[in-house]
Amino acid sequence: MTASTETGHPNVLAKAVREGLFAGVIAFFMFLLFVGIETYQDINNTLVWRTRWGLLAVFVAVAAVGRFLTVGFIKPHIDRRKLAKAKSGVLEISENKSFFHRHFLKIALIFLVLYPFLSLMIVGKQGSLKYVDNFGIQILIYVMLAWGLNIVVGLAGLLDLGYVAFYAVGAYSYALLSSYFGFSFWLLLPMSGILAALWGIILGFPVLRLRGDYLAIVTLAFGEIIRLVLINWTDVTKGTFGISGIAKASFFGIWSFDTGTTNNFVKAWGLSASSVYYKVFLFYVILALCMLTAYVTIRLRRMPIGRAWEALREDEIACRSLGINTVTTKLTAFATGAMFGGFAGAFFATRQGFVSPESFVFLESAVILAIVVLGGMGSLTGIAIAAVVMVGGTEVLREMAFLKVVFGPDFTPELYRMLLFGLAMIIVMLFKPRGFVGSREPTAFLKERKAVSGSFTKEGHG
Amino acid sequence: MAPGTTTMTNGINGDTILKVEHLSMKFGGLMAINDLSLEARRGEITALIGPNGAGKTTVFNCITGFYKPTMGMLTLQRRDGKEYLLERLRDFEIPKLAGVARTFQNIRLFSGLTVLENLLVAQHNALMKASGYTILGLLGLPAYRRAVDASIEKAKYWLDKADLTDRADDPAGDLPYGAQRRLEIARAMCTNPELLCLDEPAAGLNPRESAALNTLLHQIRDEGVSILLIEHDMSVVMEISDHVVVLEYGQKISDGSPDHVKNDPRVIAAYLGVEDDEVEEVIAEELDGGQR
Repeated sequence: MTASTETGHPNVLAKAVREGLFAGVIAFFMFLLFVGIETYQDINNTLVWRTRWGLLAVFVAVAAVGRFLTVGFIKPHIDRRKLAKAKSGVLEISENKSFFHRHFLKIALIFLVLYPFLSLMIVGKQGSLKYVDNFGIQILIYVMLAWGLNIVVGLAGLLDLGYVAFYAVGAYSYALLSSYFGFSFWLLLPMSGILAALWGIILGFPVLRLRGDYLAIVTLAFGEIIRLVLINWTDVTKGTFGISGIAKASFFGIWSFDTGTTNNFVKAWGLSASSVYYKVFLFYVILALCMLTAYVTIRLRRMPIGRAWEALREDEIACRSLGINTVTTKLTAFATGAMFGGFAGAFFATRQGFVSPESFVFLESAVILAIVVLGGMGSLTGIAIAAVVMVGGTEVLREMAFLKVVFGPDFTPELYRMLLFGLAMIIVMLFKPRGFVGSREPTAFLKERKAVSGSFTKEGHG
Repeated sequence: MAPGTTTMTNGINGDTILKVEHLSMKFGGLMAINDLSLEARRGEITALIGPNGAGKTTVFNCITGFYKPTMGMLTLQRRDGKEYLLERLRDFEIPKLAGVARTFQNIRLFSGLTVLENLLVAQHNALMKASGYTILGLLGLPAYRRAVDASIEKAKYWLDKADLTDRADDPAGDLPYGAQRRLEIARAMCTNPELLCLDEPAAGLNPRESAALNTLLHQIRDEGVSILLIEHDMSVVMEISDHVVVLEYGQKISDGSPDHVKNDPRVIAAYLGVEDDEVEEVIAEELDGGQR
């Protein structure tokens, strides 16, 4: 018996062998038809099948050996470690967090401000285009959208599956008003936000009576209605062709980024021609918009209206018993969230120079919602991290040329984007069911500010 | 004039805070409350008791606006003499305008908010006004800051009364059951009510918690707030209430002081169960004693 302490109890090993064999059998039947048999078209275009026993054997072996190792070695090891920890009596919560942990927000902000310069220094002008535009701006747009949706879903607990509609309203407001009337970006940015907020209220009115699943379905329908109007109202929106040649944002009217104008930014500063300056400028614009969103959200949370939103998420009936008008409270949440969606939309239009209904499909709503849920509803930091992981992750997939070496030259990693997305979400939700940051910061305190564990907060019922 | 306000004094007495007249509530074919009239006097604790299914909570839901009564008039008179017809107000206007606060049979706290935040949410309307409906508050005007300080002071006052000061920064969902009950009452008091409606506040409390609750309710009454409560626990009812109304099958069967009600044969019959013909006999006997 004593000899078995190192590798585990003989009973454990027997159990591991048994479970390993069992896993192998299950894997064999599971993959028999999927992997073991392959259909293909032969030269006469008839469908024939062949077997792939070798590959099937690999699958079965991986399952069996994997299960054997997990049960026989990995799990006992983890258990021993836990036991040792419990015996030593040290609590896992440590009071002094690391320097990085404590100053995470400051470090992240400084990094963001320096980011364009760092990329210019490291990869040069041409290389920076990718890093500033595809990574920086793209991620920040989603951060802003997710922070906007967070007000509706995370704070007020109203499940909105059609958030992209407000993004579309913002983008088309800018695209149309700028191309028909020639207004500038800085005038249209607030206007787009206000128009989106107006649509938020218009949507809000009929759906306020609905809760939970019903609300989700109606908001989903609203998102689709907006998209279908954009496609079919061809006189104004040019339908699926979209609107192109949207004016670029100017440097507050002082310098323009259009080539050939007298006050061209590049000329004024005597720089060599490159589109990277415009991208860097846009990066700071969206960064400022994100900061505005965060600032307003943080401020509003400490105001009575923000507390009422969170109370609404916790218990709507109790809210009404305290004299809170739930109708106006929900409407303000919808309108505020929609407004930030509108800002992001206007920015998106000026950055792309082109908008079409294809940018505003349901998948976008789903991705934004996934970011909010993954980040931890209500937590700005968690959501920003989730946006980096989700959006940055898909961009990184484009760069994974080395995967072709592993999986063969036909392998295009982008096509597996959604598969990996799903896998990543399942893994995160298994280990962090409340998202990256599951706890909630109280908005007021008497003696000490204690984070509220996610197990107490509710998700809202619509 | 705000909806539901009335200037005519339809015979409501100065010391009556709530007058329920001919209240009926129908759910489909079921008559949950049938022509119920009762009064709650200012500064008193009025208890509404009755067997299960007698319609007590339905009366509560009608008073606090969660149900619209089928028939009847619910008049609430505030201290300044203004009268509100509760059946005409929307649910959130009843606490806001008429000053009626309530608690729930199954506790409804904002469990993910801290105890202090729960009490601040209850002061929503006052703070909203002070913050200029958020706009002035965003600018951080001193008037708003003062209002915030005052709201925290008020929260502290009720935390102290409810003996929850030590737990102020903990999530409400983390409190033990008895403390949650007290917090719900404290939260209702933070809305500055004149009439506090408590739906079975002592349900599930142990004797010590029950005693603490009694003290709290007496303190609330001493502040001039009238209380209307539903209770099953007879010891609580008899000990603290000034006036008891007994319901059975949606109708009032007795009304008066605790001692009066305790000895009312109809009440005894309703609680202990007596054959129908026996009830008639018992009543006939009692009628000589001035029973109506």
